[in-house]
Amino acid sequence: MTGVLLALTVALAGGIGAACRMVLDGVVKDRTRMPYPLGTTVINVTGSFLLGVVTGLAAGLGPWAVVLGTGLLGGYTTFSTASYETVRLAQQGRWRAAAMNGFGMLVLALLAAWFGLWLGGLVGLGG
Amino acid sequence: MGVSPDRPVHLRWSTIGLVIAGGAIGTLARYLITLALPDGGGVPVTILLVNVVGALVLGWLLAALARRGPDTGRRRAVRLFAGTGILGGFTTYSTFAVGADGLFATDRPLLGIGYALLTVVVGAAASVAGIALAGRARA
Repeated sequence: MTGVLLALTVALAGGIGAACRMVLDGVVKDRTRMPYPLGTTVINVTGSFLLGVVTGLAAGLGPWAVVLGTGLLGGYTTFSTASYETVRLAQQGRWRAAAMNGFGMLVLALLAAWFGLWLGGLVGLGG
Repeated sequence: MGVSPDRPVHLRWSTIGLVIAGGAIGTLARYLITLALPDGGGVPVTILLVNVVGALVLGWLLAALARRGPDTGRRRAVRLFAGTGILGGFTTYSTFAVGADGLFATDRPLLGIGYALLTVVVGAAASVAGIALAGRARA
């Protein structure tokens, strides 16, 4: 894949990832109707797990590791929205919810990514 | 496409198209920045920078839109295209999490913890600063 083609493929994958994020967040909001931004946590934790798997497998994926990792999963997960929602919870005086959204999400995402890296490395070695 | 008018916003093709377009722009920008500024010393500084800048701009954007009126029509389209799309795609949580785990894996657990906590705290401060900027601009 040439550099320009790779960049355009990464961009398109990022757009698709962002749309998946919006749809999933909307579905979670509709289903749960809770005053907590659970959708972003679900998105960032699942995305961190999947990026762990992709990174673990990276050697076998070639340029697709960039398309899936930097593109699809980079577009799917988001830091800016997570940070904004944490601050909004704090501004409402909901400190425990804010701490959960900031630090709870962090711990869950780190563990999920770790598990994904382990799993991807295992499969990568076996294949 | 014969979409019923009461279909939820997040399931309309027009909305999905806006977010795909914005997400592609934001992702491309992040990809090009990481190519132009490779991390020195193994610490993922570039993603930290991208995430903090994105958090600042999103805070400003959402607060500025909220001050202008309810989340409908053009304001909602701008929020979805620029906020959910561009800035959501520009910033990333997965690369941040895997990058922090990478520091743990290289026998630098304290650096990993420090990097992870610093990102979350500085990101929150950037969101606060962005929101405050929007307030100041209209005051």
